[in-house]
Amino acid sequence: MAVAEQQSVERTQRPSDTRVPTVIVDDVHIVYTVHGAGTGRGSATAALGRLLSRKSSPNVRRVHAVKGVSFTSYRGEAIGIIGSNGSGKSTILRAIAGLLPPERGKIYTDGQPSLLGVNAALMNDLTGERNVILGGLAMGMTQEEVRSRYQGIVDFSGINEKGDFISLPMRTYSSGMAARLRFSIAAAKNHDVLMIDEALATGDRAFQRRSEARIRELRKEAGTVFLVSHNNNSIRDTCDRVVWLEKGELLMDGPTDDVLKAYEDHTK
Amino acid sequence: MSTVSETTHDGAVAVGAPPAPTADDGLSPTELAAKYGLSVSGARPGLVEYTRQLWGRRHFINEFAKARTQAQYTQARLGQLWQVMTPLLNAAVYYLIFGLLIGTSKGIDNFIAFLVTGIFIFTFTQSSVLSGVRAVAGNLGLIRALHFPRASMPIAFTLMQLQQLIMSMFVLLAIVLMTGEVPTMNWLLLFPALFTQWIFNTGLALIVARLGSKMTDLAQLMPFILRTWMYMSGVMYSIDKLTNSAPHFVRILLDINPAAVYIDLMRFALIDSVTSSQLPPHVWASAVGWALLVGIGGYVYFWKAEEQYGRG
Repeated sequence: MAVAEQQSVERTQRPSDTRVPTVIVDDVHIVYTVHGAGTGRGSATAALGRLLSRKSSPNVRRVHAVKGVSFTSYRGEAIGIIGSNGSGKSTILRAIAGLLPPERGKIYTDGQPSLLGVNAALMNDLTGERNVILGGLAMGMTQEEVRSRYQGIVDFSGINEKGDFISLPMRTYSSGMAARLRFSIAAAKNHDVLMIDEALATGDRAFQRRSEARIRELRKEAGTVFLVSHNNNSIRDTCDRVVWLEKGELLMDGPTDDVLKAYEDHTK
Repeated sequence: MSTVSETTHDGAVAVGAPPAPTADDGLSPTELAAKYGLSVSGARPGLVEYTRQLWGRRHFINEFAKARTQAQYTQARLGQLWQVMTPLLNAAVYYLIFGLLIGTSKGIDNFIAFLVTGIFIFTFTQSSVLSGVRAVAGNLGLIRALHFPRASMPIAFTLMQLQQLIMSMFVLLAIVLMTGEVPTMNWLLLFPALFTQWIFNTGLALIVARLGSKMTDLAQLMPFILRTWMYMSGVMYSIDKLTNSAPHFVRILLDINPAAVYIDLMRFALIDSVTSSQLPPHVWASAVGWALLVGIGGYVYFWKAEEQYGRG
């Protein structure tokens, strides 16, 4: 662990003369359109009336999740993103990954940033085995890569430590087991720009240690790491820079200690 | 990856920008991005590049379709048997109503085979469209979590329907054989007929997937549109006999209807008493034409909004 930390510190200091940007977020606004919001009081006739008078339905609401955020990340940086629930942290990560188109502004990236997480691709009715294959392919691995890493993923998850669970449907897993398998699949791939959304706190202590070690490995290989977390300690351990978002706006951006101190004062 | 950036950086040095810490300070984000060769995140790739990416994801598409089909029935005790039971029960219901109760069978030899072929072939298009409407809107979780060409979704769903149809085809062939048809060389025509229909269905699914991602009400409206389409496509009656006295343009409209074209082709392939004289003129040309027009058109139409999917 000490080795990994030392390396990352070296890397952040060395490029000070040649800082290579990896992600540029330029005045980005993100707006969700939510259907089915509101109280549902509008009856069918009211809806028809609105349709005729061309008014927009109160059931459709626009949520301005990110409001004009700008920052630039450089090669070798590990950036923590903090803020209270609903402050737009996950949203901005998805936008950087190119999964959520911004309403205004532009995001420039070096290569294809990827979110660490395959939860959405997995199917609870299928066996763990099929999910490993499906998840790997969903992340863009080739069939050969999936085949060669299959055993590694299963071993890492430790699913089979208590018998042959990998051939059972995932819905039969305990929540901890499912989370471990999901993390193992997601962490099997190397990324240029890696984004982790509170994926650290899963499983029992032994598994947490193993996953933290794996994240450090991924960090070494990745150019830039983004970490969203509510755990200030894990941010302090991993990140050298912190971006603080609140209500979709960038409140503070700077070295970990300064920003975390301000954040802790704020939340007290 | 690091090698790529190194090269980019070296390139920047070569054109005369010294790597000084202050050199980048005056640059706007756009200029900075251009200098280091960063690309806009989530930008729509060109059509050729998009197709290449899509081809690279073919194993994912295939695995997704297989997994979805399997997951569908894991909670039912009879499991995968439902893949065969569903079309069989469907056919039984339609036979009860249109064959025995209403009696539309007048003048059609081997009505059971005629009806079942029509239902199965139309169901293929129908279910492709229905799953296509929800392909983007119903998988926002996946689309917002992972990066892949979004066309994978509607294509995977049509593949699922194709797989379901292949199961139905075994049922269909069994029914056709039981009603006294004899296999002929004509049966081989079912392959080109199915293939062109599948291309047509995929294109249609891509079109409605884009429409459905913006207009969420389309999923509610679609069953009515499809039912109207079904009753116009000669699924349970013979268009040929119905339109004997109809005006010429009505006949042409009914004959050019793609669903009717694919149904006619399959009946011609499997049922002996359906002869080429009953087929509308240029039936193969319209089958291929519809497949190309809707297949390619739908693909381009879907690609045009690629970067918009996921906003919801």
